[in-house]
Amino acid sequence: MTRLQWAAVAAGLALLAAMPWFADKFAVQFASKVLIFALFASSLNLLVGQAGLVSLGHAGFFGVAGYVLALASPEYDAAPLWSTLAMAVGVAALLALAIGALVVRTRGVYFLMATLAFGQMLFHLFHDGDFAGGSDGLQIFARPAGTLFGVALFDLEQYRHFHWVVLAACALVLVFLARLRASPFGRVLDGIRVNEHRMRALGFATVRYKLVAFVLAGALAGLAGYLSACQFGVVNPESLGWHQSGAVLLMVILGGMGSLTGPALGAAVWWGMELFFQGFTRHWQLPMGAVIVAVALFLPDGLAGLWRRVRPPRAVAAEASVREGAA
Amino acid sequence: MSAAVLAADNLARRFGGLAAVDGVSLAVAMGEVHAVIGPNGAGKSTLVNLLSGDLAPSGGCIVLDGRDVSRLGPARRSHLGLGRSYQKTNVFLPFTVFENCRLAAQSRLATSMRFLRPASSFAQVNEAAGRALEATGLEPRRHAVVATLSHGEQRHVEIAMALATRPRVLLLDEPLAGMGAEESAGIVALLRRLRPDHAIVLVEHDMDAVFALADTLTVMANGRVIASGPPATVREHPEVRRAYLGDESHA
Repeated sequence: MTRLQWAAVAAGLALLAAMPWFADKFAVQFASKVLIFALFASSLNLLVGQAGLVSLGHAGFFGVAGYVLALASPEYDAAPLWSTLAMAVGVAALLALAIGALVVRTRGVYFLMATLAFGQMLFHLFHDGDFAGGSDGLQIFARPAGTLFGVALFDLEQYRHFHWVVLAACALVLVFLARLRASPFGRVLDGIRVNEHRMRALGFATVRYKLVAFVLAGALAGLAGYLSACQFGVVNPESLGWHQSGAVLLMVILGGMGSLTGPALGAAVWWGMELFFQGFTRHWQLPMGAVIVAVALFLPDGLAGLWRRVRPPRAVAAEASVREGAA
Repeated sequence: MSAAVLAADNLARRFGGLAAVDGVSLAVAMGEVHAVIGPNGAGKSTLVNLLSGDLAPSGGCIVLDGRDVSRLGPARRSHLGLGRSYQKTNVFLPFTVFENCRLAAQSRLATSMRFLRPASSFAQVNEAAGRALEATGLEPRRHAVVATLSHGEQRHVEIAMALATRPRVLLLDEPLAGMGAEESAGIVALLRRLRPDHAIVLVEHDMDAVFALADTLTVMANGRVIASGPPATVREHPEVRRAYLGDESHA
């Protein structure tokens, strides 16, 4: 990213952090939701944009983490934040490890089908099983308590606190993903996306790298799912169904696959469009779909690609961040 | 002749009823260029794919430094010192020349499961990549995106990537394919410079290059070796002249 882009991201984060002081409750809660989905979409982008693995089952990890919080919460009382968070992310990661071990050996449309199949298995497990509320799902009556060594750090029941916590999580994850992109691991994923066969010939055990990426992406999706369950106080089978997986994939494509900030942008535009078009018509999905089709047709690099059209990267900067296009 | 670094013994590969490679044996020592020639469909590329591990053999065995590697995949063989180039340019087109070589050199790190430190900060990786660029004369093009390079330059990147993994054995599958005379001379000179520190298996159609470089020449036809030995001897072999060089190719 260029310095100007970093400045734009920093300004955006500052604005989001200051929001609780000037915006009303509805706007702040809307921003929290967008941030959670920015996190969710960014986790998927690790697979889609970097490793070139298009998954249609990513909501499975998002939804399962929410269920872990719901199941671990006492009925009318707040659950401890840190332990339930670790549990939720851990379960999502373990699930990703189990599913990933089977699916990362496949490629292209087979990977898509395999992830879709596992996502649907999870959906039916929670939908048809009676251990977690069946098709109604579960309610979380109290948000987790953010205490550390007996000291209450923040109160998630207050929407402002919740917003700041979500923002901090999102910023931390984005910094981590930025570092990851430039790391040896990130470069291996780029290489796998562009030419996996050659990566193997160079001596990279590509399956292992794809599996680690799958587990990381699953764990981060779990973090997003946990926060989402906190915010809405309800988890249901829809949260891990293929509709949800498709929606988050569209956010990634809308914002720009492979771009660091693209998925966050995609999440913002997605929820912004829903809000905007719902103000006009009950059939809001129709104009929203038209916009998505238009982006797919005219902006193959997504909305983040608009930036690169206005300001083409210099040749030297290209070394760090050349994406496909020429392939 | 010193001991073979890479040796194939009675190697075979069948595709259904077709024996693409059928009972081929060859050996290459350090400091030696072992050229393999033969008409189209002779099984040369299949042989290279067997040696590199891209294909599993149906029979026979491959020994690298005294170790049987017949059942190992390409990644493992690469780590044991085998580097290869491809007949059809097989590189990372959207990346720069340097990043292609850097990624190749990065494969020599004990692990690439490093998540936070920038990949560009590993000195020994950058050095290995830089040396590969120097050896192949690509240094002035290091920041160019490979997709924008000429065919000849892309062929150089292909070899530079193999070199960046610091192999002892080089498998070169038609490195001169589609090159002009001047570019070919450049590659021949490069291979001469590489010869002392490498054992090179060279599959090539360009006869001038083959006779300029080869210490040992193996001629294949229909998946089998029909002659093997010093180039001067092999070129006089009657079956070779009939099957491949053509009777008029005395000159």
